[in-house]
Amino acid sequence: MIRVQYFARLRELAGKGQDTLDREEMTVQQLLDWAEETYPGFGKDDIQVAVNEEYALPEDVIHSGDECAFIPPVSGG
Amino acid sequence: MKPFEVVEAPIDAQVYSDYVLHAGAGAVTLFTGHVREWTHGVRTVYLAYEAYVPMAEKKLAEIGAEMEAKWPGVKAAIAHRIGELHISDIAVVIAVSSSHRKAAYEANEYAIERIKEVVPIWKKEIWEDGEEWLGAQKKYPEKGVDSV
Repeated sequence: MIRVQYFARLRELAGKGQDTLDREEMTVQQLLDWAEETYPGFGKDDIQVAVNEEYALPEDVIHSGDECAFIPPVSGG
Repeated sequence: MKPFEVVEAPIDAQVYSDYVLHAGAGAVTLFTGHVREWTHGVRTVYLAYEAYVPMAEKKLAEIGAEMEAKWPGVKAAIAHRIGELHISDIAVVIAVSSSHRKAAYEANEYAIERIKEVVPIWKKEIWEDGEEWLGAQKKYPEKGVDSV
């Protein structure tokens, strides 16, 4: 199981704060592709993925048990 | 308080200033970012901030470590508020102490720039006639997104 969290615009688009994917392993790019397919308008090209609270690269591998989050462009301050 | 934190309650900037002050400090810079009413001619009613809290606090602490590496001897504390914020409320506070003023000024500005780049916090502007998460930049794309 891979847990993913949504924030801000993505949380409103998904209509929820989190999802659980029944996968053993996938790359960050595959996760982004899944999200774009599941939620049209996701905008994966502008979104980063955090794995276990650290920014990850598209080719990084996510494993079952990892905590992932989609990070749209930040606007703090 | 924690020196690097995301909070829901109103921010008391003095707490962070006091935290960084010590006998060796000759300067403390205290930056507070506030909710601004007018942005590019559009009136903000209030802002709603959201954060990925554990990661945001971790990134704030990393920024603190970067500051201490770049300006040895500085001591920093940073807090960002989330939830519903109204005009003039403090959204962010950055307190930095150093033995001499230059490092405290420079490190403080560095911190706000880094917050805007890497800390997972999002701001939604609520206007009289609509709302939008910033970062999308649809309402005034030619101007970009300013600080609060």
